[in-house]
Amino acid sequence: MLTLNDYLLVSGLLFALGFAGVLFRRNLIVIFMALEMMLNAANLALVAFARFNTLDGLPNYNGQMLVFFIITVAAAEVAVGLAIIVALYRARQTVHVEDVSTLKF
Amino acid sequence: MSPILFWLFSALMLGFGANVILNRNPIASALSLVVSFLGLAALFVGLDAYFIGVIQVLVYAGAVMVLFLFIIMLLDLKKEKRRNLRPFAVIGGGAVVAAFVTQLLIVLSRFPGGTKTLPALTGSLDDTRNIGSTLFSNYNLPFQAVGVLVLVATIGVVVLSKRELK
Repeated sequence: MLTLNDYLLVSGLLFALGFAGVLFRRNLIVIFMALEMMLNAANLALVAFARFNTLDGLPNYNGQMLVFFIITVAAAEVAVGLAIIVALYRARQTVHVEDVSTLKF
Repeated sequence: MSPILFWLFSALMLGFGANVILNRNPIASALSLVVSFLGLAALFVGLDAYFIGVIQVLVYAGAVMVLFLFIIMLLDLKKEKRRNLRPFAVIGGGAVVAAFVTQLLIVLSRFPGGTKTLPALTGSLDDTRNIGSTLFSNYNLPFQAVGVLVLVATIGVVVLSKRELK
């Protein structure tokens, strides 16, 4: 039988993969994709908790509502973030994080 | 959801997720992320969250990833050149990720609710109907706020995409 721990383990591993991507990759767009993976790992944990803690014989819909809002906000965030990346590319002709270090101390 | 299907889709999701960060070609990364999100949608369906699963496929695997691919092709990104890795950054990053996974395993092994198995559902599982009634009753204000947020994001993207900011 599947337990809550199985879902939390898979969710945590997906989060770790996204985290590693943010730390190791230096292409801004790939970093952005890794961020999306981390958001989705949180979504999986939320849906698993909602399903395992039933309310009146139904999944706890408060958890699923949070996932719904996260997906909406993430879609808006992707649109704005990619527009910023395009603006950056127009100004600097690069999407490599090490070539964009003017603000670095 | 049978354990075999669960582990199959989990392996699919994690395998293609690893390919996202290992592949040097951004287009291959984006397409791997689509497959990873489809595996995640299958896990959502296995947790009886049908509406969230469909939203995941439509919004993430559909709209968001098309946006990513569009931008990658618009900027015409080539395969990355191999650059020298800085050893300090690699060791530091690896240590942080390893610490996170270790901590995850420790927390899960001590989590008392973790051994719970899937409880049976007795109510009527009209997923979309239930989510809709929750959304428009308990979560009406956040819903309106998200509407404003999406409008602001749309205007922001239009302003950012203008050639000259005035």
